[in-house]
Amino acid sequence: MFDIDVVTLSRLQFAATAMYHFLFVPLTLGLSFLLAIMESVYVMTGREIWRRMTMFWGTLFGINFAMGVATGVVMEFQFGMNWSYYSHYVGDIFGAPLAIEGLMAFFLEATFIGMFFFGWDRLSKVGHLIVTWLVAFGANFSALWILIANGWMQNPVGAIFNPDTMRMEIADFAAVIFNPVAQAKFVHTVSAGYVTGAIFVMAVSAWYLLKGRHIEIAKRSMAVAASFGLAASLSVVVLGDESGYLATENQKMKVAAMEAMWHTEPAPAAINLIAFPDSAKQENSFAISIPYVLGIIGTRSLTQELPGIVNLVEDAKVRIRNGIAAYVALQKVRSDKTDTEARATFDKSWRDLGYGLLVKLYRPDIENATEADIAKAAELTIPDVPLMFWAFRVMVGLGFYFIGFFAVAFWVASRHKLGEKRWMLWVAVFSIPLPWVAVEVGWLVAEAGRQPWSIEGVLPTFYAASGLTVADLVISLGIFLLIYSSLAVVEIYLMLHAIRKGPAAPERPEPQGAGVLPAAVAAEPQIK
Amino acid sequence: MIPFVPLDYETLRLIWWLLLGVLLIAFAIMDGFDLGVAALLPFVARNDDERRIVINTIGPVWEGNQVWLILGGGAIFAAWPALYATSFSGFYLAMMVILIAIILRPVGFKYRSKLTEPRWRAFWDWGLFVGGFIPALIFGVAVGNVLRGVPFRFDDAMRVVYEGNFFGLLMPFALLSGLVSLAMLVAHGASMLMMKTSGAIYERARVYGSYAALATIVLFALAGIWIALGFKGYAVTGIQDTGGPSNPLGKTAVAEAGAWLANYGRHPWMMVAPLAGFLGSALALFAYQRRLAGFAFVSTALAIFGIISTAGLSIFPFLLPSSLDPNASLTVWDASSSHLTLWIMLLATLVFLPIVLAYTAFVYRVMRGKVTSDELGKNPNAY
Repeated sequence: MFDIDVVTLSRLQFAATAMYHFLFVPLTLGLSFLLAIMESVYVMTGREIWRRMTMFWGTLFGINFAMGVATGVVMEFQFGMNWSYYSHYVGDIFGAPLAIEGLMAFFLEATFIGMFFFGWDRLSKVGHLIVTWLVAFGANFSALWILIANGWMQNPVGAIFNPDTMRMEIADFAAVIFNPVAQAKFVHTVSAGYVTGAIFVMAVSAWYLLKGRHIEIAKRSMAVAASFGLAASLSVVVLGDESGYLATENQKMKVAAMEAMWHTEPAPAAINLIAFPDSAKQENSFAISIPYVLGIIGTRSLTQELPGIVNLVEDAKVRIRNGIAAYVALQKVRSDKTDTEARATFDKSWRDLGYGLLVKLYRPDIENATEADIAKAAELTIPDVPLMFWAFRVMVGLGFYFIGFFAVAFWVASRHKLGEKRWMLWVAVFSIPLPWVAVEVGWLVAEAGRQPWSIEGVLPTFYAASGLTVADLVISLGIFLLIYSSLAVVEIYLMLHAIRKGPAAPERPEPQGAGVLPAAVAAEPQIK
Repeated sequence: MIPFVPLDYETLRLIWWLLLGVLLIAFAIMDGFDLGVAALLPFVARNDDERRIVINTIGPVWEGNQVWLILGGGAIFAAWPALYATSFSGFYLAMMVILIAIILRPVGFKYRSKLTEPRWRAFWDWGLFVGGFIPALIFGVAVGNVLRGVPFRFDDAMRVVYEGNFFGLLMPFALLSGLVSLAMLVAHGASMLMMKTSGAIYERARVYGSYAALATIVLFALAGIWIALGFKGYAVTGIQDTGGPSNPLGKTAVAEAGAWLANYGRHPWMMVAPLAGFLGSALALFAYQRRLAGFAFVSTALAIFGIISTAGLSIFPFLLPSSLDPNASLTVWDASSSHLTLWIMLLATLVFLPIVLAYTAFVYRVMRGKVTSDELGKNPNAY
């Protein structure tokens, strides 16, 4: 019944689509706000250089946005194409934020992006500025609704299972929207996008300064990006910590895997700074740990315990047995609606139904599961510990690097020394891939960390796939990889082409030696 | 447990069926002219200057228009999850073809004019043509397959089991439907080109538009005759609980000849839909002759409204009939989201759709007027 190759290929395809989509989304989120800020300075000061800046970064924004749209549509359609049982099982809840995203956010962004490019001469200055802000808000509202949907996959609140329709149905929409996990993910993810946009602008501008080209635009761009990036990098780390804290409430296994904590330690738990997790032996072959820290981060206390992986597997066995009972009761309820005893059993244990379904991987008739089957299913609940451990450390390490980088850049910029500190400019240039590394490993932590679940504790990933053939998936995966990698090459080529070409020449001469901070510029007399 | 919802389940399902129709028609009218213009690109434009003019007639607005497709997908997911799950996985490789076309579109628009090399531009012109032509055709092929019935059933856990293949989708009736869709969208694109261009492009659009409108009439009539001559439709035979839980396995249905015409017998007013399809195309022909660009656009939009409504009304209450197990067919009454979700989604639609329509109208007002070579030369952001 379950063709694992189809599941693996479907997961690969979805991971490829999502990770590829996420190469473009963070830059869209960050650049859209930077454009809006730059154009605001233009409207407030009337200085033409800020308009040229907005148009130049807007060109790069447009090249990137096209790919974001192309991959976003694929994401939406793949739920139905590759995960049809998932779509049936949770569409009642998951579909709503997705549809509202289109209605409220993407429409706004996509409708006004045409005006952003084509409306410069057709709208008043303020009119065009409003359009730019609407594009930025549209992009960020999009992220909000998508992360409400994703947050529900991590923490499925406000829903109940309906035996008549064999699916999860909504019970409390407010709980889905105000899901704390979703809100924490939203602010963490958009902040990461702002950091990406800021580093991108910093790196390109630094390269111009090193080459001695477009100096006035580059200095101003760097100053804006440094202040925006400092605020964003602080919030990405602080809010990321909040995200981790919330995960300890409902995704204990994910947290334990991130920390490679095999056994429950007495509170307050130590944090493993470096470790070499050995999944086969279920222990770390080497570890350097700092006492107290994990307890404080994870529970905000010195007395609460954080459970280890091995202990959580034992808990899973209990839930699996419960889930099997729920499954048996569900079959009885479906064949005989008047069976009140079965209904009572189901109502008591339906929350563990998903755990029962895990056994389906080993034994389709799960009501006859042996202890060995249950033990194997419980082991399944452990995600890839070394991957989680290291991906998490790379993400956090980069988070702190960004704070340091922007703090230094901001300090240099506010002393008007951007052009002089060449080491700083080189660091900026070489930092350009880092935010992408951080967001992609962050995505790995969030998504690989909830395996084997497509909906945490509710629907196993292997059970959610469509009934496709291996041939279907090999063809589609091959086509996607081919198109995606060709377009990635084209996109990078066009970005470099546009960067080499640089901003358009000024229509009238610019005064020399102007201040580089927006505030300083705003204080200057207007030249128009 | 469930909060108070002022409309009953049956009414909400009917409203969402209507909204699904509104979304599909809005997509076909708004993004339809983008697809039609792209499909006409190699025919109406003979040099790079003309091609740039054609591309920029839709350049500022196509992104917003495409959201109707994304919203349509999202609305089916939210309001008809069973339909979304069954059709998207069932038409897997056909959906792949559409996705490839849809990936080519944004990059085609954005990347084409970034470099001046003729081979580069020719490649993306070809990409834009494929990105318009293929979806316009395949969406119609999909509708043809829905009318024929799709080979799926459900297992005991309500998992979709699909027993078709890609080439099974390309049967003659489905191809005919594809051509209807292509012809009507090309006519619509031609109307838009007449509104936004002048001179040689305008004249060529007028000629191709006339052929396309004529083809729409002939092909649509052929499809109707085919259906009247013993084409198997589907009919619900067992009584359906229109307000019951969404489970497609609770009814009985059969495939029988002529079933797709039964609704017109029961409700003669429904004949308005196919009439609008013919009338719209005929008025478009007239408008092309008299060089009335705006009137042609309204006429082709009317034709689209009529043709899509005809398909929807013919199969009502079916959404996706199953040829493998007619009892498993998805209908308006048994494939929807829960009562509460339909209500929440209706509220969201009532709040946001008018806002969307308002700013869309504003954007079209700002971007009004013909696209000229001069204007493109001045705008560094033009495609």
